[in-house]
Amino acid sequence: MNDNPTSENQRGLIARFLKDTEIDTRLLGMIGALALIWTGFHFYGVIFNNFGAFLTPRNLWNLSVQTSSIGIMATGMVLVIVTRNIDLSVGSMIGVIAMAMGLLQVEILPQFVGIGHWSIWIMAVVVGLIFGTLIGALHGWLIAYRGIPAFIVTLGGLMVWRGMAFLSAGGRTISPVDGVFALLGGGPYGAIGAMGSWAVGVAACLGVAYTIYAGRKARIKHNFYLRPMWAEALLAIVGWLTIIGAVLLVNSYPWPKGIVRQYGTRIGQDLEGTFISHGFAIPVLILVAVGILMTILVTRTRFGRYVFAIGGNPEAAALAGINTKWVTMKVFALMGMLTAVAAVIASARLNSATNALGTLDELYVIAAAVIGGTSLAGGVGKIYGAILGALVMQSLQSGMVLIGFDSAIQRIVVGVVLVLAVYLDILYNKRVK
Amino acid sequence: MTEPGTPLVNLKNISISFGGIKAVDDVSVDLYPGEVVGLLGHNGAGKSTLIKCLSGAYKADSGEIFINGDKVIINNPRDARDQNIETIYQTLALADNLDAASNLFLGRELISPSGFLDESRMEAETRKIMARLNPNFQKFNEPVSALSGGQRQSVAIARAVYFDAKILIMDEPTAALGPQESEMVSELIKQLKKQGLGIFLIEHDIHNVMKLCDRASVMKNGLLVGTELIGDVTEDDILSMIILGKNPKAKI
Repeated sequence: MNDNPTSENQRGLIARFLKDTEIDTRLLGMIGALALIWTGFHFYGVIFNNFGAFLTPRNLWNLSVQTSSIGIMATGMVLVIVTRNIDLSVGSMIGVIAMAMGLLQVEILPQFVGIGHWSIWIMAVVVGLIFGTLIGALHGWLIAYRGIPAFIVTLGGLMVWRGMAFLSAGGRTISPVDGVFALLGGGPYGAIGAMGSWAVGVAACLGVAYTIYAGRKARIKHNFYLRPMWAEALLAIVGWLTIIGAVLLVNSYPWPKGIVRQYGTRIGQDLEGTFISHGFAIPVLILVAVGILMTILVTRTRFGRYVFAIGGNPEAAALAGINTKWVTMKVFALMGMLTAVAAVIASARLNSATNALGTLDELYVIAAAVIGGTSLAGGVGKIYGAILGALVMQSLQSGMVLIGFDSAIQRIVVGVVLVLAVYLDILYNKRVK
Repeated sequence: MTEPGTPLVNLKNISISFGGIKAVDDVSVDLYPGEVVGLLGHNGAGKSTLIKCLSGAYKADSGEIFINGDKVIINNPRDARDQNIETIYQTLALADNLDAASNLFLGRELISPSGFLDESRMEAETRKIMARLNPNFQKFNEPVSALSGGQRQSVAIARAVYFDAKILIMDEPTAALGPQESEMVSELIKQLKKQGLGIFLIEHDIHNVMKLCDRASVMKNGLLVGTELIGDVTEDDILSMIILGKNPKAKI
C-alpha cells in the first residue's frame, strides 16, 4: 500500500510531463546510461590517474568519429532485425568492400587516369557502394526467394567475404588511399572547421524549429491533440542547446601543433600558435545524414511501413498485398549499401585497406541495435536508438582504453553490458504492459 | 427466393490440394448483390481454404472465378482487392506492432503530394470510420496489440468496409467477441447487405446463420454437400447436412 499523497502527486507530475512533451522514456533511459558511463569513466580517471581524460573535447571528438561506422551500419541492422532477420556478415563485408575500393584507387585507376586524379575517390566510393548493395542483394535473394535462414546465409557470408578480402590482395595491406578519400575518415583535415560547424549548427537549429512547426500545423489541420505550447518550446530549446553545445564542443578541440605548422608551410604563412578548430568531422556528418535519411525512410515511406508490418505479422503483411520477399531483399541490399558507407569511413580513417578491417564489427552493430531498443522478436526498433546504442558501445570501449583496461577485460565488460541491457529492456517492457 | 441476373461472384469447380490431400474438391458456389451466403461445415471441411482462393491468399489448382459474369484471375491479395473483394480473416491479419490507422491502410497507404505517407490524413480517416463502427474506440495512437478482442475486430472490419468493398468475406467474425459486440457485427452485416454488398459468411453458430443468411452452402471433407435457401430449411436440416453430409429433405 503506497498511499503517500506527495509521491502520488509527483508521479502524476512526471507522467504528465512525459505525456505533454511526448518524450520516449527509452530515449531518456539511454541518455541517462550515457551520462552515467561518461561521468563514470571521467571520474575514475580523476580519482585513480589524477586526470579525467573522458570528458575532454579531444576524447569526445574522437568518440564521435569512432561511433560513425558502427552507427551507420546499426541503422541498417535495425531494419534487418525488425523483419526478424539477422546479418552476421557486415564485418567481413567491410573487409572485402574496403579491399575492393583500396585496390581500385591505389592499383587499378591510377593506371588509367594517373595518380592523384580528382575523379579517383568518386569512382572508388561509387564502385564500393554498388559492390556493397550487390552483396546485400545476394544475401537478401538467398534469404527471401530461396528460403535459406538469414542466420545461415550471413554466417556463410561472414566466412566467404573475409576469405575474399584476403584473396583479393593476397593478404597485402593496400595503402595509402587517395588523398580526398582519406578526408572521409575524419582527422584534422577531414573536419569542416569552426565556420562550417556553425553553419551546420544553424541549419540544424532551423531544421528542429521547422519539424516542430510542421508537426503542429498538421495536428491543427486535423484537430488532433496538441502539445501544450510550453512543451513545444521546451523541446525546441533542448534541441537548440544540444546542437549549440555540440558545435561549441567540436570547435574547442584545436588542431595539434604539428598539423598547424604543416598547414602553415603549405599555405605559406606562419601560423605558429594559432588556434584552429577541428569542427565536426566529415564521418560524423555522414552518420547524421544517414540517420536523418533512414528515419525518414522508416517513418515516412511505404517501404518503412512495410518493413515494420512484416516484422509484426508476416502473414498479415502478405495478405495486405505486400510483396514481403521483395521488401526483405531490399532490406538486405540497403544493409549492404550502408555497410559500404561504413567501409569507406573505416578504411579512410585507417588510410589503408587491410583484410582484417571490420573484424567483429557485426557483433558491435547488432549489440548497438539491440541496446537501442530493437527487439529480436521483430517489429520494433528505432533508428535514433541504434545510433545512441552505437554511442553507448563505443563509449564503453574507448572509456576502458582510456583508463587502461586490457582487451580481455574490455570484452568481458561489453558482453556483460549487452546481456544486462537486454535484460533491463525486458523488465521495462513487462512493467509497461 | 430465386436470384435474378448475373451473380456477383461465381466460383466454379474450384479444387485445391495440399500434399496430395484435396482440401477443396470441385466446389461451386455463387453470391448475388445484397445477399449473405453462409459457408458451413466442420473444422477442416474446406470453407476457409475455398474462400482464400477468392481472397487471393491461395491460388486454386483448377476451377474458374467469375465476377459480375467476367472471368477473372486472382493470383494474390492485391488482385482480389482490385476486384473490390475485402476479407476479414479469422485471425484478423493485423500487424500487432502498428496502430489502427497503419493497419487500416496497410498496403494502400495514403500518400501526400510530397510522396511521403500522409499520417495525419490516415488517422483522420480512421477516426471517421471508427466513429461510425465503434464510437467508443479511442486508442488511435497505440499498437493494436494493446487493444481488446472487440476493438481489434472493429479495426479489421473497418479495413474491409472503408475501401468500398463490393464483395465481403467474413471468416467467423464473431468468434472472439462478447454478446454485445456480436450484436454490433450482426447489425453491420444487415446494414451492408442493404447497401447491396454480397457477403460470404463463415459461421459456426447455427442461430446466426438462420438469422443473417439468405442461403447456406454446406461443405464436408472438401466437397460441397449442397446449397439451400434458408427459408426452405430448418436448423436441424442444416445440422444434418454438416454432420451427416446430406440433406434429409433431398430424399423426398
